[in-house]
Amino acid sequence: MLSNKSKRTMTIFLFLAPALLFLVIFLAYPFVINIIDSFFKSDGFLQSEYIGLDNYRRLFKDPTIGTAVKNTYEIMFYVCLFEVGIALILAILVDNIKKGQHFFRTVYFFPIVISATAIGMMFKLFYAYDIGLLNSFMTMLGLEKQVWVTAESAVKMVAIPIVWQYVGFYFIILLTAIKQIPRDLYESAYLEGINGFTKTIYITLPLIKGVIITCLVYAINGVMKIFDLVLILTEGGPLNQSMVLGLYMYKKAFADNAFGYAATISLLIIVLGLATITIVSKVFKREQITY
Amino acid sequence: MSKKKKIGIERKSFNIGMLFTYIVLYAFSITTIYPLIWVGQNSFKTSNDLIESSFTLPTSFMWDNFKNAITKINIFQGYANSLIISGTVVIVVIFFSALAAYILARFEFKGNKIIRSFILASMLVPVFATILPVFKILANVGLIDTHVGVILPQIAGNIPFAVILLTSFMETVPNELEEAAKVEGANVWKIFSKIFVPITKPALATSAIFTFLWSYNDLFTSLIIIRNPEKFPVNRLLTEISSQYGTDYGLLCAVIILIIGPVLSVYMIGQKQIVEGMTAGAVKG
Repeated sequence: MLSNKSKRTMTIFLFLAPALLFLVIFLAYPFVINIIDSFFKSDGFLQSEYIGLDNYRRLFKDPTIGTAVKNTYEIMFYVCLFEVGIALILAILVDNIKKGQHFFRTVYFFPIVISATAIGMMFKLFYAYDIGLLNSFMTMLGLEKQVWVTAESAVKMVAIPIVWQYVGFYFIILLTAIKQIPRDLYESAYLEGINGFTKTIYITLPLIKGVIITCLVYAINGVMKIFDLVLILTEGGPLNQSMVLGLYMYKKAFADNAFGYAATISLLIIVLGLATITIVSKVFKREQITY
Repeated sequence: MSKKKKIGIERKSFNIGMLFTYIVLYAFSITTIYPLIWVGQNSFKTSNDLIESSFTLPTSFMWDNFKNAITKINIFQGYANSLIISGTVVIVVIFFSALAAYILARFEFKGNKIIRSFILASMLVPVFATILPVFKILANVGLIDTHVGVILPQIAGNIPFAVILLTSFMETVPNELEEAAKVEGANVWKIFSKIFVPITKPALATSAIFTFLWSYNDLFTSLIIIRNPEKFPVNRLLTEISSQYGTDYGLLCAVIILIIGPVLSVYMIGQKQIVEGMTAGAVKG
């Protein structure tokens, strides 16, 4: 006979075990192994040889890593500015209207559900030279057709679909935050003669500051995970000019069979992500104290 | 009196501002809707018609691109594979996550907080940081090039979000219901299945829809694990097509429509739940 207490412990264990088992086997354990692997030279995964910090030295000398890191931060800049920025403007505007809120919520949000694969293919068509949507517009306006994805423009052309896809996501989060602001705050401000644009600057924005920072953190986190869109749209080209870290890791692992080096790149992705998020949260916190 | 007057003034200036607001909002909605319409109308044209004009509506509905897509690749097989993979992932994720969430939300015990933080942290780990060792594990047990090999890591990847979302819903279930059932002698399983599952149905549905979308849209895992085209899910199958027939634009448009068709239908059906669930999950996370 089991005592009540051990029965309870048993239930807790049995209910939690399946989910936790999956997380340990497929997330936690591989995460640790990945760190260990970064100290080995492995071709494929049959043989491996301990090489200390060689993979890390290679990382610092690799010019493509330099390009990928630079691109990651460039995309991060566009994403924070346009993705979250446009979302904020749209949320403030939608909060002000009486009719059609549901329509805009539905329409702005839907690109989220489309796979990055399909979006990559769509934008490849939009950028295409002979039939692309952009060049069709150029012809319609009587302008010259253009080659849209060049070595100089590649990063921007990759950032556009990312922004396009995620504006709706941040729009929904920010709109929810704005809706949670107590209405009487606006009413008393209105009686004091504060209205329209000033109202937004002095009441709405300070009150949703925390949520805006959360959005920035999500956006930064999202940029570190970019992969399939770039794979389909440009494959990192031309001349590696739109290479991102995830795609480069994938290529090193599965095209060049350099597993150990790929493991090192994936660590770099995590470290950069965490460092950037920490800095962003710190900077905004300090500002909040002076405010 | 004076208040009434002010409101009157407000309404007047409101109209111009409102008009401007609506113009901006509708203009932006065109940027999300029109690209899809463009792809949709061009999926019915030949490449030659397309080069002449990609803006006009198709003059006659030409199904050749869709027929081509279906015969050149076995798209039905692709849908079937997607359904097997995503269906299994959804069922397992929801069942295991609901069990775990019920314990985390309703039982106080040592380690509850630690497990919650562990789950939250595992949501932040990018797939790149785990995929190489996961690939090795799967290779060691002979699961490369199988559906199970894609299903297992996808389950692990989707559990954190589902557990977090479900835990926050199960925490809001009133205590009285549980107490009453206990008094009547119901065991933990009965309380879970007869009270918590029915009450949290909307949250279960939201988690299920999201798990399905993420699993169906995932390219990375299948790209690495599956080699045999007959086992490709839709996404992966169509990626092959787009690299093989990169110049047949009409075909490519049809292919894009075929990939996003199922997710758009899911969105249309569950959009209220999706939009609200996303907010609940995101704000909590």
